[in-house]
Amino acid sequence: MKYKSQKVAYWFFALSMLLLTLQLVYGFIMGFAHAGADGLHEIIPFNTAKAVHTNLLVVWLLSGFMGAAYYIIPEESQHELVSVKLAYVQLISLALVGVAAIVGYHFNYWEGRKFLEIPRPLDYLVVVNVLTFLGIILVTLWKGKRRTTTALVLSMGLLFAALLYLPGMIEFDSQVMDSFFRWWVVHLWVEGVWELIMGGILSFLLIKLTGVDREVIEKWLYVIVGLTFLSGVLGTGHHYYYIGVNKIWLIVGGIFSALEPLAFLAMALFAVNMYRKGEKKHPNKIALYWTIGSAIVSFVGAGLLGFAHTLPQTNLYTHGTLVTAMHGHLAFWGAYAMIVFAIISYALPNMTGRKFYDSAMGRMAFWMSNIGMVGMTVAFGVAGVAQVYLERKMKLDFMFVQDEIEVHFWVLITMATLFSTGITLYIIEFIKHGKPTDEALEVSE
Amino acid sequence: MLSKKQARAFFLGGTVVTFLIFIGLTVYSLGEAQDQTNIENMTESVVRGKVIWEQNNCMGCHTLLGEGGYYAPELTKVYDRKGANYIKTVVMSKTPWAPNGRQMVDYAMSEDEANDVVEFFKWIGEIDLNGFETVVSPLAETDNELE
Repeated sequence: MKYKSQKVAYWFFALSMLLLTLQLVYGFIMGFAHAGADGLHEIIPFNTAKAVHTNLLVVWLLSGFMGAAYYIIPEESQHELVSVKLAYVQLISLALVGVAAIVGYHFNYWEGRKFLEIPRPLDYLVVVNVLTFLGIILVTLWKGKRRTTTALVLSMGLLFAALLYLPGMIEFDSQVMDSFFRWWVVHLWVEGVWELIMGGILSFLLIKLTGVDREVIEKWLYVIVGLTFLSGVLGTGHHYYYIGVNKIWLIVGGIFSALEPLAFLAMALFAVNMYRKGEKKHPNKIALYWTIGSAIVSFVGAGLLGFAHTLPQTNLYTHGTLVTAMHGHLAFWGAYAMIVFAIISYALPNMTGRKFYDSAMGRMAFWMSNIGMVGMTVAFGVAGVAQVYLERKMKLDFMFVQDEIEVHFWVLITMATLFSTGITLYIIEFIKHGKPTDEALEVSE
Repeated sequence: MLSKKQARAFFLGGTVVTFLIFIGLTVYSLGEAQDQTNIENMTESVVRGKVIWEQNNCMGCHTLLGEGGYYAPELTKVYDRKGANYIKTVVMSKTPWAPNGRQMVDYAMSEDEANDVVEFFKWIGEIDLNGFETVVSPLAETDNELE
């Protein structure tokens, strides 16, 4: 039996898709500017486009995570969400704060700290919003009939993500200190607690899609999140090599961030093995594509490409170049965007009753967006490596080098078009599912 | 074979231990004795410069200490490379500064603001970056030859 309050998730997913669409628009603006076509400079200069692009990513992923939690927690705890009304209030306030921040960026209303541009007054609203969300989730879990490892890991990830937002709100006079604690938020989110959220969602999906025993899946979930923290926490050191703090971080960051791919490798092996072991195959093939795909692409994007520039000897030359953008794009796509797509693909048919389990459009969306994103990653990579050699090794002037590598941004734009076509197909499929209904939730198993 | 209980212990134990080490290293490396930033030279003007840097989201295009937007030049050593007058001309410009075609926002800063920005860059330029300062800054002569 399913829970009626799970329907809230649909609207968080819908908000996710809306913000993702906007994120792509700003991505194109930046791509064109890099390629020399900055016609929008007067209205949307690059720094505005960049802040909007990265912040929309964070907000749509958070909205997706929240939707995932509202869908998963009732089912795992076997209890309706304690307040559906409050959940809707939280949804609307999240959308309002997000939109206010994005609009503000067009009028120089921001903090100018990479990824944490949201101005201070809005920060407090974010805190209230997230506390409301956590309240609903944790009280539901508390009142629920059972507390599963999957639900605990997911909730723990969400709780720590909220707590880790706070170091980013401390004010420092020194740029070095500012940077140091900004990474407490950004790094410990994406290479730490967000992986708990991802692990929780992945575990839920594998239990549902493969039919492998919960005890087996959840045991490996602990091992994976254990490896994540074991490498990821001290791996924060890779951001401290060259920002003006002690050399000890070269050693600590180097060793532990070199271990970070292990957690992602374990996650990929885990997902593939559970799929192989599973005897009761769920008919929702599209959800399975995204689930297994997420585990594998995150290993390549976050694990391997992260490792490619994480050692201090390499990072000395790649720090602050487009090589970072190469890693960033495939890592976020694989680890976080794809897992949100996976939970949406699983939950939508259950909530709406329209079972597009293996449609041609759904498969096209998967392959086009993935091939497009791999192509984008290659374009960024070639541009980044060329930049490293010309600017850092040959000591050529920055703008001279930028002109030389301009051509790679046309490749990037072409690949981004393929990627965006895939995303468009995914969103069309999303809309075709229609709205969630109580009847659909009752009959779905 | 590993049991679920052991797996949980590995997760909790590993997390607590690495987090404690992380806090310890943070305290150690941020201690006064380890300072690499010449903190005593961080004047009020430097701090005002940092505020201007943030208010205009300069990091959205430029990089500083290797962090930022990858769209405009790295500014860690800009004071050495270009000098105070050049920096002031750029930030005080009332038309978009566009060397080699790529445009910068026309900030039209006042003389005082521009001085604060210069002081900020001067302070940043003196930080010991564990070797990065030699990589990130093409020598002034090489830089000028290309212009």
